[in-house]
Amino acid sequence: MNTAEIIDGLHAYERKTLSALKDTSNFDEIVSKTGLKEVQVMRAVQWLQNKGLVTIKEELKELVIPDSNGKLYLRQRLPERRFLEAIKEGPLTVSALKSKIKLSDQEVEVCIGILRKKLAIEISKKPKGLEFSITGNGKEILESGSLEEQFLNRLPLEFLSMGREDRFCYDEMKKRSRIVKNEMVKTRTVLLTELGSEIAGYDLTKDNLETLTPEIIKSGSWQFKKFRRYDVKAPVPKIYYGRRHFVNETIDYIKRIWLDLGFKEMEGNLIQSSFWNFDALFTPQDHPARELQDTFFISNPDKAKLSDENLVKRVAKTHENGWTTGSKGWRYHWDPEEARKLVLRTHTTPLSAKTIASLKQEDLPAKFFAVGRCFRNETQDWSHLFEFYQVEGIIVDPNANFKNLIGYLKLFYRKMGYDKVKIRPGYFPYTEMSAEIDVYDKEHGKWMELGGAGIFRPEVVKPLLGRDIPVLAWGLGLSRIISQYYGLNDLRKLHSNDLKELREVRAWLK
Amino acid sequence: MPTINIKKKYLFKLLGKKIPESVLLDRISMMGTALEGETKDELVIELFPNRPDMLSVEGFARGLSCFMGIRRNPPSYSIKKSGLKVKIDPSVKKVRPFIKCGLVKNVNLKDEAIKSLMQVQEKLHQTHGRKRKRVAIGVHDFDKMKFPLLYKAVPPDSCSFVPLGDRRRLTLEQILKKSQKGQQYAWILEEAKNYPLLVDADENVMSFPPVINGELTAVTEKTRNIFVDVTGTDELAVGQALTIIVTTLADMGGKIYSVRTGNQLTPNLAPSKIPVKLNYVNSLLGLSLKKSALKRLLAKMGLGYNGKNAIIPAYRVDMIHPIDVVEDIAIAYGYENFEPVLPTISTIGEESKSEVFYRHVSEIMAGLGFLETSTFHLASYSDIKTKMNHKISYVEIANSVSSEYYILRPWLLPLQIKILAENKTREFPHRIFEIGTIFLPDAGEETKILERKSIAVAIADKASDFTKIKQVLDVIMSALRVKYSMAESDHPSFIPGRAASVLINGKKAGYIGELSPAVLSNWQLETPVCCMELDIDAIRAIAQKQG
Repeated sequence: MNTAEIIDGLHAYERKTLSALKDTSNFDEIVSKTGLKEVQVMRAVQWLQNKGLVTIKEELKELVIPDSNGKLYLRQRLPERRFLEAIKEGPLTVSALKSKIKLSDQEVEVCIGILRKKLAIEISKKPKGLEFSITGNGKEILESGSLEEQFLNRLPLEFLSMGREDRFCYDEMKKRSRIVKNEMVKTRTVLLTELGSEIAGYDLTKDNLETLTPEIIKSGSWQFKKFRRYDVKAPVPKIYYGRRHFVNETIDYIKRIWLDLGFKEMEGNLIQSSFWNFDALFTPQDHPARELQDTFFISNPDKAKLSDENLVKRVAKTHENGWTTGSKGWRYHWDPEEARKLVLRTHTTPLSAKTIASLKQEDLPAKFFAVGRCFRNETQDWSHLFEFYQVEGIIVDPNANFKNLIGYLKLFYRKMGYDKVKIRPGYFPYTEMSAEIDVYDKEHGKWMELGGAGIFRPEVVKPLLGRDIPVLAWGLGLSRIISQYYGLNDLRKLHSNDLKELREVRAWLK
Repeated sequence: MPTINIKKKYLFKLLGKKIPESVLLDRISMMGTALEGETKDELVIELFPNRPDMLSVEGFARGLSCFMGIRRNPPSYSIKKSGLKVKIDPSVKKVRPFIKCGLVKNVNLKDEAIKSLMQVQEKLHQTHGRKRKRVAIGVHDFDKMKFPLLYKAVPPDSCSFVPLGDRRRLTLEQILKKSQKGQQYAWILEEAKNYPLLVDADENVMSFPPVINGELTAVTEKTRNIFVDVTGTDELAVGQALTIIVTTLADMGGKIYSVRTGNQLTPNLAPSKIPVKLNYVNSLLGLSLKKSALKRLLAKMGLGYNGKNAIIPAYRVDMIHPIDVVEDIAIAYGYENFEPVLPTISTIGEESKSEVFYRHVSEIMAGLGFLETSTFHLASYSDIKTKMNHKISYVEIANSVSSEYYILRPWLLPLQIKILAENKTREFPHRIFEIGTIFLPDAGEETKILERKSIAVAIADKASDFTKIKQVLDVIMSALRVKYSMAESDHPSFIPGRAASVLINGKKAGYIGELSPAVLSNWQLETPVCCMELDIDAIRAIAQKQG
């Protein structure tokens, strides 16, 4: 940039500051010379520094400044002066003196000590008590002011560079109560660089256009003036935009994948009866998953209604002896009260069970999905949350087979950015085949366990649908994928709602 | 899920050959078990709960040996009759009705074998036995026992014996109170008047199930002949546990003998049959296997095949339906060998109408510069009631491990205010919203709980006031073409005179206002907050009706 361009880019504050800098380098003096506010000069100086026109030196200095009494005396004058002035016209006794000027006993004593030492007063004993009269020395002090007075008026002074006389006064003042004190102060010196001096030498009084206003546009006055050039590289204050929560952004993307593949979205309650969460899914009533430590049970109210009696009967018989499913069943006594217990759903699979129960012959083949919250009764830490997400899907199709299940799972994970997927045998009470899905995490070079899948058992499908056809199903974890994408090392951050993080988190771009 | 520890050396001994590590680990995970951990000498294997037969190292090795083709034919176990008897007194019916016993002679318990026996007992107790309540197993030194045995129930103070690992002679009652095992399992007998006991012909106590055995018949490394008693509340599970224990002992070189327990001859190791239809298998798996392939694959899973039926060994307690056989065929075929195939059926995707609506509203909010938040459904009493200065009925959780979070939120606003309280150091203004489920008691629902979606909006800023939040309400409603009116409200969370109910068709559908300074102080908030919560489903009903 050439000099002319630099000058064109100078803000009004900068122009004033540059002019002032020709005479002084002291920050406070610049402030008073320019007539600007301190913050305005500060900004100007910073801009000028960015442009290489000035350098700013900051120093810590130890200053001597007036303390509380010092400030008071600067207004009221020192007690010893007021003492002298009181007796200027003629001698006074202690009591007369005290009524003439307001001094405390202690101040009077201090004054007597100081003024005697300076031979400024004479004291004589009179019947009414001590009487004070002014001496020649005293009159001279009144005339020209004492060293201490002059010292106090010159404050602040830099402690380390005080002369001997100042030092003497300082020590004297220090003996008295709270007249002066020392303080560490940051002082700024602003120095013109070579380029700065050159620029300051030009005429900076020319008035460039700052903000373009409707008036300027209408009047056309801009045609005769120059716009101030902006420093386009200068940083600007941050602003924030309104946005979706990052977890929901991810969920929207996942929903889009299944919608594109022809799946319908399922919805349903977070609170389910044990019947739908467990029994309809052929989970035996004494299964460890139904114990208190894993599942949140609702206490108030505690039991659901089971409205479809025929369905309940079919499920009960399937548990007890397999009903007509060809199964031996669990061979125990099935208890409807156990099934009525309310739970926070431990997986999204009850949605699938309810959906299957609602299907008619003409609805087939059909594909459904859901992404939803599930609950697990455990203490939260960096790797455990009591609420988590599951991606649920089912394909209800007489012609579906195990290869299709693998096909859909691999396709889904490929769209999520995982090319290497391992499907190995697993176990769930409600699927057979059952599969565990591991995906390869390239970033960390290790396999991650991400979900379960399988084909619903005939003991699940037949009581719900009325006949046994293959239902491919999966319930996939989401938390680990999300935390990996957003680089979270603590699952609790998914719901910690730190507004700074929510404002600055990267966008879901897949 | 249960895990078992296996010394690699012992596993190789049982398999009859050494297997390279990488092959071993891969085969373990593809067999339907998982490697949980590994040290230089030892493997920790995770088992699925449907395969209790693999809870013994011997059972696991048996399965792996077939799966890897080391053993060509499924193992078979023969039983000789011992002629011994265990009588069952009807008194046990009320407390622990079932017992099944067996005898295995000539077992070699040296080295790892005795540890394995202890491990399988312990693991069966924990899982299959539901912490010994459903099933408890006792193993005894057969040579110390006098037959016939008697299984009966006796009063807690009527009998004493020296429990296993102890020197003191204690009554049953004392055992429950004083011994470590007694304290651990006393809960199972909590409601029992009489306690179950297994005694021999000399009235010596063999076992006090499900708590502890007698010291008299303690099994050591030198024990050769082992008597097994299994008691419980579920006859099927009792028989399954006995099968698993005696076949494990037989794999240690023993010979199985039956015992007449009550009127049954136990153990019963007769295999069962499950029909396998070739087209059922092939259509489910998408394969075209022939019978010969079926036989070969079933053998890999330790199952027989007679051209029609799969022959299931008694210890495979997981086989209850032909589908279970199909899965074994799939595992034998190898999950890794199924190629992914997408079917050609065409279906039409459809997003839920309500979800579409919620997303639309979220986008309006984001457009207005609001940040969407995401909170938990579980809330604390003080957050939803005390701090909001509001009385509201709620749904409660019975057994939350957290002493703080045991309420299902009946309104959404407190969770937003909590976020504001936690973000006081973040740059202002704070403009946040969330759409989420709230829970209200409602006897009319199938679950007696009404789940509704709510939208909560909050602005914390020096300059936030009623106008600011009402502008947001206005813009949402006009964007969605929903007419509404306002009525003054005395909602206790808000400043009197600055709170309103939002009415749609004259019905309450939310509230809006400036939070009262008392509520702000409860949250230690020092910035004014204006906010609202709306029944978004009520808005949706009107908005979507207009199409």
